[in-house]
Amino acid sequence: MVLDCKHVWDQISNYIEGEVPLEMRAAIEAHLAHCRHCAAVLDSTRNILILIADDRTFELPVGYSARLHARVQQELAAAG
Amino acid sequence: MTEETQSATGPDPVSRDAELIARVLAGERELFHELIRPYEKSVYLAAFSILQNQQDAEDAAQEAVLKALKNLGDFRAESKFSTWLISIAINEARARLRHARVLRFESVDEPAKDDDGSFVPALIRDWREVPSQALERKELRELLQSAIGGLPEMYREVLLLRDVEEMNIADTAAALGVSEGVVKTRLLRARLMMQKILAPQLASKSSRGGLFGLFRSKAGGSWF
Repeated sequence: MVLDCKHVWDQISNYIEGEVPLEMRAAIEAHLAHCRHCAAVLDSTRNILILIADDRTFELPVGYSARLHARVQQELAAAG
Repeated sequence: MTEETQSATGPDPVSRDAELIARVLAGERELFHELIRPYEKSVYLAAFSILQNQQDAEDAAQEAVLKALKNLGDFRAESKFSTWLISIAINEARARLRHARVLRFESVDEPAKDDDGSFVPALIRDWREVPSQALERKELRELLQSAIGGLPEMYREVLLLRDVEEMNIADTAAALGVSEGVVKTRLLRARLMMQKILAPQLASKSSRGGLFGLFRSKAGGSWF
């Protein structure tokens, strides 16, 4: 199986998930071995995903948890 | 949750939740606080992915949690409690967004369709490893948030649930009420959009050194 760049991009997300069949995986890796551009697209995508998964990327508003539980408590008390 | 409670109920979240739900429904209603505590951030982020505003997201998250409390007896164990709770938050946020759009006289009749057209990522020659230490964290965070905020809603939702909250594909699909295939298709597009937006921006910061310097292309930042 020989892939062009477009085919590799189409599979990048599944490849990152580890969800491509063995034959496809081998074909992607064969392509990546000689295509710097696709290798860089894969690396940059994967690295951006690592960055957005960082807990500090999205922080909760200050006091969110306390306000949420106060509201729940209010509801529990009202329901008796 | 206190550590005692966590260790007493075991490490498996599904069993933990099942036990807490049974006890809440049996009358120990205060335990609802413990039930929701591990999912507070997910609920907020699910709402935020749709509403894109902190205050609105917090309001929707609160409302979703109260609805979960009210309807806890309707929860069926075929799905995870976390998925059920997050789907309530998504529905609550979507309802608020719809209401806001109606107020602004925008059309709500035509939901966006999945874009099946071809997509070209940002083509670069090389890419360095992610740095482990967080320098210039604030600026990086703003870049990431802005990129995610700029995605169309359907892509933002899957990215937030799968890649920020790290829910699995099946749970993401269940929370959004779509098939796993749809999640995978949207995820591909969302991830490539993020790459296209962010790769050039991160690399362009490289000349300033610091965190961004580590994103510099080994080939000298060549783009074509």
